[in-house]
Amino acid sequence: MNDGSVHMKNLVKTYLDEHGNPSFTAVKGINLDIKDGEFMVLVGPSGCGKSTTLRMLAGLESISGGTISIGERVVNNVHPKDRGIAMVFQNYALYPHMTIFDNMAFGLKLAKKPKEFIKESVTKTAKTLGLEKMLERKPGALSGGQRQRVALGRAIVRDPKVFLFDEPLSNLDAKMRVHMRSEISRLHTQMTTTMVYVTHDQIEAMTMGDRICVMRDGSIMQVADPLTLYRQPDNIFVAGFIGSPPMNLLKGKVHKVDSGLGFVEDAQENALTIPLRGKLEKLATKYVGKPIIFGIRPEHLSDQVSDPDHVPVTAAIEISEPMGSESIVYFKAGTGNLIARVPGEHLYHPGERLTVQLNMEKVHLFDGETENVIK
Amino acid sequence: MEETKLSKWLFGILAWLVAIIIFFPIFIMMITAFKNEREAQSLSLIFLPTLESFFEVFARSNYLKYVWNSMLASIGSTLLCFLLAIPAAYRMAFYPTKKTQSTLVWMLSTKMMPAVGVLIPIYILAQTFGVLDNIVGLIIIYALINLPIAVWMSYTYFCEIPGAILEAARIDGATIWGELWHVLRPMTVPGLASTALLLIILSWNEAFWSLNLTSVNAAPLPVFIASYSSPEGLFWAKLSAASFLAVAPIMVLGWMTQKQLVRGLTFGAVK
Amino acid sequence: MSTAPPPAATVPAAAEVEAKPSPVLALLQLPSVAVLFLWMIVPLAMTIYFSFVRKNLLNPELTGFAGLENYRFLWEDPAFWPAIVNSIILIAAVLIITVVLGTLFAVLFDRDFFGKNIATLLVIAPFFVMPTVSALIWKNMMMHPVYGLLAVVTTKLGLPAIDWFSTHPLLSIIIIVSWEWLPFAFLILFTSIKSLDQEQKEAAAVDGANPVQFFFYVTLSHLSRAIGVVVMIETIFLLSIFAEIYTTTSGGPGTATTNLAFLVYALGLQQFDAGIASAGGILAVVLANIVAFFMVRLMAKNLQTR
Repeated sequence: MNDGSVHMKNLVKTYLDEHGNPSFTAVKGINLDIKDGEFMVLVGPSGCGKSTTLRMLAGLESISGGTISIGERVVNNVHPKDRGIAMVFQNYALYPHMTIFDNMAFGLKLAKKPKEFIKESVTKTAKTLGLEKMLERKPGALSGGQRQRVALGRAIVRDPKVFLFDEPLSNLDAKMRVHMRSEISRLHTQMTTTMVYVTHDQIEAMTMGDRICVMRDGSIMQVADPLTLYRQPDNIFVAGFIGSPPMNLLKGKVHKVDSGLGFVEDAQENALTIPLRGKLEKLATKYVGKPIIFGIRPEHLSDQVSDPDHVPVTAAIEISEPMGSESIVYFKAGTGNLIARVPGEHLYHPGERLTVQLNMEKVHLFDGETENVIK
Repeated sequence: MEETKLSKWLFGILAWLVAIIIFFPIFIMMITAFKNEREAQSLSLIFLPTLESFFEVFARSNYLKYVWNSMLASIGSTLLCFLLAIPAAYRMAFYPTKKTQSTLVWMLSTKMMPAVGVLIPIYILAQTFGVLDNIVGLIIIYALINLPIAVWMSYTYFCEIPGAILEAARIDGATIWGELWHVLRPMTVPGLASTALLLIILSWNEAFWSLNLTSVNAAPLPVFIASYSSPEGLFWAKLSAASFLAVAPIMVLGWMTQKQLVRGLTFGAVK
Repeated sequence: MSTAPPPAATVPAAAEVEAKPSPVLALLQLPSVAVLFLWMIVPLAMTIYFSFVRKNLLNPELTGFAGLENYRFLWEDPAFWPAIVNSIILIAAVLIITVVLGTLFAVLFDRDFFGKNIATLLVIAPFFVMPTVSALIWKNMMMHPVYGLLAVVTTKLGLPAIDWFSTHPLLSIIIIVSWEWLPFAFLILFTSIKSLDQEQKEAAAVDGANPVQFFFYVTLSHLSRAIGVVVMIETIFLLSIFAEIYTTTSGGPGTATTNLAFLVYALGLQQFDAGIASAGGILAVVLANIVAFFMVRLMAKNLQTR
């Protein structure tokens, strides 16, 4: 039965010191269900516990608490080789003294598979990755991209139920990275095997994942498909993590403004005041006088449109980064910068005052204390 | 700014001059080995090479016995050394604890005890256990004095193996023994082999314990050569012949282990 | 970047033991540690003990606590002070010669020239020659007052031949030992100098430094760490110079070439007075420990860990 679904229940990892006392908890009781055949990305900043989680799934780290199941089977105490997994490491971890062929064949050899079978599997996989001409070479003679493909091939040959990737593209240059990203995605489409992919790069996460699990400090912040994470972040962390340039997050309070409520930035200078109407006003009524965070993505600030859904804000430009088809403009605001992606080839200058329209449909309000989205 | 061709040339010549001068005594020894005793006194560079002196050395002394003793002492002690050192180095490299660093430093510091400081008790102990003038005594002592270097060098070679490669092997299905045999062994054998060579060289040339603890039966080559300090009659050619045989193979091995020498004898303080 | 199994940033210095139970791991290390521990403690303890008792290797009748008697006899032994002085002179002279020449030669060899690799092998060769061979080759073929190479060369130049071992015995030993250890200093310094960045040379040239200035201001400070290592290691080994003296002069003429090591040997294994020899041994240990103290600090700083 080839069920490659993965279930993590209350998974905990605590490191012990010399005397066996707990010193550091890297994973703090997470719950995650990955569907069979899904491409799940674990993403988050350094130290968030994503690699540790992956390694527990692989069997390279012992589990301090909770369970991991692959399919129906709990694998906490199962040797890595018996879990039906394969792993692609960040530094490829190829055996330097073996040929490419032997590198890919190693697992099968250890499993005592017949020679013919090994030869067939390895050559077939090598062909799909374009490595058939290099089988007799050693890793030292290959480029970074080729080595990564060998690492990929080694994993494929094992015919696993779950593929694990530990930041496999971080050591490649930008161009190679883009190429390998599509290779891996293509692989997923072809093989329909479950893939668990760890990265710190949110662009990788967004482009490759069926679903993304955003982690921070050993806990899960949100699990959802890319578009949902983008449109409906559950908290400030996810809101600020996904999207480049990141969502504008302005700190302030809800005050009575004109005939309704408004968001007023907490600052001495350049404080923005943005009226909250309709749906936003309803959300804000519970927070009058309380701290909230006003979130809006740079791409939702426009200099073109002007309609009732949009609220104008005029501010001075601090920096402008012309990208060709658009400019990233940084406005001076009270608690930081208000960043806008302004389409067009116009060149903006520091000091210029510009009026942008905020698309109020796309505004998110977050509780200033819990950091969670206000629904 | 670029050196002129002339000065480059001059410095090259100077370097070669230095090399020749330093090597000269060895060169003299090498050619004298192929002379007979009469010619040996003359130091001339032109002569008819002969193996006469080599034969005389073998005729007048049981040279092969000394060679055998040297080999037993060097190879035996090195094997014993590695038997103890490799498990220790493995543990320190792959399962380090907070104490590992200080243990390593302590081990290395044991090499700093001057041999002469324990000459008397070791002599007495050797006497008591009946290993005076017995090759076993030398094997044990050499293993002990080389153990810190063996542990240190093995440790550094083990540290150079990326942990991810062992993990990949684990996922590929290797048991702990499989990891050691299929991955660790092939990747560390070159370094460990040169370390072994270095230890063999150090033991082969050792001339403190060998002089003090052996005399007739277990004497290795350094002790035999020392007997030429009170010779009878002309002896330069025989001395050179005996020395040539004792030194030449070691010099070749030494040339092959330069890197290990630096790593091992400076305890990593110089990279 | 290719080290540490768990992400180094998130795992503090905690031991992560996987399937292997701890007792087995400790066992791997135990034999080596135990054996070295015994090797250190037992003989040293015995030396300390013997230095405070009366013990003669030939006369088992002689026993009894001697207090500081052995140390006093050592101090009053006519060979004691000469031995100390000779040790100091020997060590200092060899250090100076090997470090100065080693540095100069390292700089000289730090360039491309024809047959560089072979020339380097020639310079290193003496280190692999066993001490008894070195000593006898030098004493006979090099320093013999009539037939030795040096004599032949000096007489050809019209100068009188020097009878090295008669008139300058300690200097003769110094020459031999320096010849043996120069390759070591050279190799270490040469290795270190190779790591001097090419860019530094170019920057210095732009700054207007000539080769001599470059040497003094840049090369020397880059080498200072390696020089320190060479000095410390050589000192530790030079304290125990024995074979060369044993094979050539037996400490003589008189006490001219007796150093501390030879003195301990002479007292213990020639005069069979184990007590006073042990006192001498303790002195050697103390001196070595002083140097070792600094060496250990340097090593601990450098230790690479996974």
